[in-house]
Amino acid sequence: MDVSRREMLAGAAKFLVLGFAAEAAADVPLAAPAQLPAYDPSQHWWGMTIDIDLCIGCGNCVRACSAENGVPDGYFRTWVERYHVKSGDQEHPKVESPDGAIKGFPPSTETNEKAFYVPKLCNHCETSPCVQVCPVGATFESPDGVVLVDTTYCLGCRYCIQACPYGCRYIHPERHTVDKCSLCYHRITQGLTTACCEACPTGARKLADLKNPKDPVHAFLRDNKVQVLKPHMATRSKTFYKDLDGSVR
Amino acid sequence: MAGGWRHARHLIVLALVVAAGLGAFLILRGAVVPAGFGKLGHYRAGAIDDNRRRPVSFAGQATCADCHDKQVEARSKGKHRIVSCEACHGPQARHADDPEKLKPVLPDTAILCRRCHEKDPAKPAHFPQVASTDHSGGAACNACHQPHAPKM
Ligand code: HEC
Ligand code: HEC
Ligand code: HEC
Ligand code: HEC
Repeated sequence: MDVSRREMLAGAAKFLVLGFAAEAAADVPLAAPAQLPAYDPSQHWWGMTIDIDLCIGCGNCVRACSAENGVPDGYFRTWVERYHVKSGDQEHPKVESPDGAIKGFPPSTETNEKAFYVPKLCNHCETSPCVQVCPVGATFESPDGVVLVDTTYCLGCRYCIQACPYGCRYIHPERHTVDKCSLCYHRITQGLTTACCEACPTGARKLADLKNPKDPVHAFLRDNKVQVLKPHMATRSKTFYKDLDGSVR
Repeated sequence: MAGGWRHARHLIVLALVVAAGLGAFLILRGAVVPAGFGKLGHYRAGAIDDNRRRPVSFAGQATCADCHDKQVEARSKGKHRIVSCEACHGPQARHADDPEKLKPVLPDTAILCRRCHEKDPAKPAHFPQVASTDHSGGAACNACHQPHAPKM
C-alpha cells in the first residue's frame, strides 16, 4: 500500500459526506485544449485480436506501450507470458514473464515441452467487473467500447484492481490513481492503430473495429478457433485469441 | 390554542432544518459534481476527451513512408516488409515532426535482431530463428545481412 493514511481517510471522508465522491479538481484541463480531430464514437466498437501462432515473444508491444503511455518502470499495461506445459499436465503450466518481457525472453532451457507465448492486456470487456464496482464512476466504458479511467476522479480505492479477473490494473506510483490499458484511445480516435499493434512485427496483435463490416476481424472470428480468457467469468471480453492453449488462465 | 401553536412550531422548525440540510446538500453537490457527469452514463463525459488529449510517440507506418521511399523500397523486397519501421527504430513521432532537429539513433543490431530471431522452443516453428552464437559467432548481424532486406 503506497497511499498514505491521510489520503485514504480524505477519500473516505469525501465518500461519506457526498454520497458519492468527487474531486474538486475534476474540471482542471489536462493541457491547453488542443483541437481534437473529428471522431464519431457511435460508428466504432473496439477490441483486439491476438494470434498465438504468430507471437514470437520479442516484447516489442511491451516496450511500445511503455513509451507511448509513460507507463512507470516495473508496471505494465500489457505484458507477455511464456508458457511451458509438461506432457499431459495441462493444469500446471509453468508461466514466466521476466519484467513483463519488456526486454524479451532469455532462450529457454527446456526443449521437450510444449511452449508458447501469450500477450496479455485489458480485455475491454463489455460487461466489465471493474466498471461495475467503481464507487464513483471513475472507470467506465466509452460509447465505442473502451474501458477508460477518469484520473481526475479516481479515489485510488483499488476495488477495480480486485475485481479485474485478468490482473490488468495497477495503482500509478506517483498519481496514486488507477492506471490501465486505454487501447491507446488517443491514437485510435485519430485513425492510428495502438502502439503495441504498430510495433508488433508479425501482426500477432491487431486492433479490431467490430462495427466496421470491412474489418478483417470478422473473417478472423469466423474462420479460426477463437477463445477469450476466462469465459466462465461472463465478462464479454473483446480480446480474442486464436490458437490459445487450454492451459492458459 | 397557545398549546397548539407550540406544537406546530416544532414541526416548522423540523421542516426548516430539513430544508436547510437539503439546500446545503444540493449546493455542495452542485459544487463538487463535475459538469457532464451522467450525460453519457455514470461517469464524467469530459473524461473521454481527456483520454484523447494526449501526444503520440509512434508516428505510424504511413508517416515514415512519406519521406523514406528508399528504405520502404528496400524493405519491400524481403520478408521484413511486414515489419513496421518503428518496430525496429522505436517511437519516432518527434523525428517525423521535425527531422532536422531530432535525428534517430540507429538501433544496435546485437540486441535488436536477437530479440526477434534468437532460437527459442516457444517461438512458432515456422518463424526463422538462429542460435546466434553458432550462427554468427558473435559477428554483428548487419555485417552479413542488410537490416531492411535481410535475405542473403
Ligand atoms: C518529414 C520527413 C520525414 C519523416 C516523416 C520521417 N523522416 Fe526519418 N529522416 C528524415 C530526414 C530528412 C533524415 C536525415 C536526417 C539527417 O541526416 O540529419 C532522416 C533520417 C532518419 C533516420 C536515419 C538517421 C541516421 O542516423 O542516418 C532514421 C532511422 C529515420 N529517419 C527513421 C524514420 C522513421 C522510423 C520515421 C517514421 C516515424 C521517419 N524517419 C519519418 C525525414 C523524415
Ligand atoms: C528489421 C528492423 C528494421 C526495420 C523494419 C527498419 N529498419 Fe531502418 N535500420 C535498421 C537498422 C538495424 C539500421 C542500421 C543499419 C546499420 O547500422 O548498418 C537501419 C538504418 C536505417 C536508416 C539509416 C540509413 C540506412 O539506410 O542505413 C534509415 C534512414 C532507416 N533505417 C529508416 C527506416 C525506415 C523508414 C523503415 C521503414 C520503411 C525502416 N528503417 C525499417 C533496422 C530496421
Ligand atoms: C521486430 C522483430 C524483428 C527484428 C528486430 C528483426 N527481424 Fe528479421 N524477421 C522478422 C520477421 C517478422 C520476419 C519474417 C518472418 C516470416 O516471414 O515468417 C523476419 C525475417 C528475417 C529473415 C528471413 C528472410 C528471408 O527472406 O528468409 C532474416 C534473415 C532476418 N529476418 C534477419 C534479421 C536481421 C539480421 C535482423 C537485425 C538487423 C532482424 N532480422 C531483425 C522480424 C524481425
Ligand atoms: C557471417 C555472416 C552472417 C552473420 C554475421 C549473420 N548471419 Fe544470419 N545468415 C547468414 C547466411 C549465409 C544465412 C543463410 C542464407 C539466407 O537464408 O539468407 C543466414 C540466415 C539467417 C536467418 C534465416 C534463417 C532461416 O531459418 O531462414 C536468420 C533469421 C538470420 N540469419 C539471423 C541472423 C542474426 C540475428 C544474426 C546476428 C546475431 C546473423 N544472422 C548474423 C549469414 C550471417
